[in-house]
Amino acid sequence: MSDDHVYLTLAEGHDDDARWAYGTGFEDPLHGVDTTVPEGLDAGELAAVCVALADDALISAQRLAEWITRAPELEEEVALANIGLDLLGQARLLYSRAGQVDGTGRDEDAYAYFRGADDFRNVRLAELPNGDFAFSVVRLLLLASWRLAHFERLASHPDPVLAAIAAKGVKELSYHRQYAAEWAVRLGDGTDESHRRMRKALEQVAPYLGELFTAYDVRDEVVAVLKQVTEAAGLPMPVYRPLPGSGRHGEHTQHLAPLLAELQGVARAHPEATW
Amino acid sequence: MTISHSAEAPPEERPQEHFDATIARDQRIEPRDWMPDGYRKTLIRQIAQHAHSEIIGMQPEGEWITKAPSLRRKAILFAKVQDEAGHGLYLYSAAETLGVDRADLTNRLIEGRQKYSSIFNYPTLSFADVGVIGWFVDGAAICNQVPLCRSSYGPYARAMVRICKEESFHQRQGYELLMTMMRGTDAQREMVQDAVNRWWWPSLMMFGPPDDASPNSGQSMAWKIKRHSNDELRQRFVDMTVPQAEKLGVTLPDPELRWNAERGHHDFGTPDWDELMRVIKGDGPCNAQRMQRRRSAHEEGAWVREAATAHAAKQAARAKKGAVA
Repeated sequence: MSDDHVYLTLAEGHDDDARWAYGTGFEDPLHGVDTTVPEGLDAGELAAVCVALADDALISAQRLAEWITRAPELEEEVALANIGLDLLGQARLLYSRAGQVDGTGRDEDAYAYFRGADDFRNVRLAELPNGDFAFSVVRLLLLASWRLAHFERLASHPDPVLAAIAAKGVKELSYHRQYAAEWAVRLGDGTDESHRRMRKALEQVAPYLGELFTAYDVRDEVVAVLKQVTEAAGLPMPVYRPLPGSGRHGEHTQHLAPLLAELQGVARAHPEATW
Repeated sequence: MTISHSAEAPPEERPQEHFDATIARDQRIEPRDWMPDGYRKTLIRQIAQHAHSEIIGMQPEGEWITKAPSLRRKAILFAKVQDEAGHGLYLYSAAETLGVDRADLTNRLIEGRQKYSSIFNYPTLSFADVGVIGWFVDGAAICNQVPLCRSSYGPYARAMVRICKEESFHQRQGYELLMTMMRGTDAQREMVQDAVNRWWWPSLMMFGPPDDASPNSGQSMAWKIKRHSNDELRQRFVDMTVPQAEKLGVTLPDPELRWNAERGHHDFGTPDWDELMRVIKGDGPCNAQRMQRRRSAHEEGAWVREAATAHAAKQAARAKKGAVA
């Protein structure tokens, strides 16, 4: 048999469209899940939870995408893309759920591309610029630890769709946390320079810690993870310094608007287009 | 057993005859087998250039991940660019079986001592470029690479099988994006045609100079590293693409393009070979930008790689100390 068959199959008709984008969402991800909102649940509240979690994921994925072609090693390009893709997948599912329950029937792209910065409910930590690799690692460690602890609880949420999304996300987030924790230890322990950069990164995230813990009560778990990792890395715990305002109320840093301008620019230039 | 990295006499007598017979029988050369220096050097050069092309090739499309106009397209593009990083990794590993290391090859790229495919020195000006790159550039890459699945060097051939499967997937995704855009607005159709106009000729140049001006081809064909000539592969690409363009509803920008029933192939115009030479020599629209990005990623990441090395050494020392105590 000739290996040229790979070429020959390409020249044939494209009748197996279903295979084209395996894992990239051509199929309905909520297929087969009962999407009616259970009685007794406040649909508005449920939608708000979904949007906030989706916004965290989308904005984080966007920042991770900025690392592509700029990462310190090829393995890191692959890993950061993996994490970004997982988060993008979570955002899509959560936006779809929000659109089903908030009565607007909006699709995922309506939330991602056609809302302004004031309507985004992500924490400000997610929207800060990438900084150096140390800052991105510390931020990922915090966001992944928080999100994992939160998703573990959401896996038993009375809304079966949110519970299913959270259960799926737990596996992904365990890997994200592991990846960030390993790098935090390597960088904290590695050289004087990497240690110094990690200290600085921990100082930089300190003002944004409080915001993570206001809405959902998983503070103790996240602090425990952070303690364990900083100890292994020979680094001090960040000092809690609360910053006024909250991304959860639509109060953002100056960094969100330009991020959204890049994310939304093409879609908004062609509002009638289909992609 | 010792591994020979040069033309020194191996344990077997008459290694050259053994090598020639292996090639003649269409069997594979493996890393531990004796091979002529020229064969090894040619392979290192070709595999490294291929790996560099995957890595530099992440840039023109990578710029659009943050701008993709739907979340579905963002996910598809993100995954595609990630695949390219993965292809770079397999290929660098295949090159390492020949006795070079990745860090050294990366330095050769950054210092401009090794090349990458000239196609990646053209800019991506609209989101339609993402689709056209998938259709043309991945399509041309597949035409080039599928025969390499039968390349005489085992590790390279096996890497190519996996890469070709993923690239055929990318090509279809690119074509599917263009199909969707062609069903959209007039502005979208114009974007697609414009991208086709800009990428067609550079894509034809991906197969390299014409056969009568390709200095290394003859020996590579004899060694069965290469299986088809540049012109054969270019013809194959044109014949494959013309019906796809018709189905899509775009015009390929070549007034000389027509079916030749006598040859059973399409006739087509001559690419601007002077342009190809200029781009290869560094004067393409984006050469400086591509190299600058790769170099700065490498330089800015140096402290991270050093930290990882230092940590591993400290860990090893601690483990040793622990074992002694």
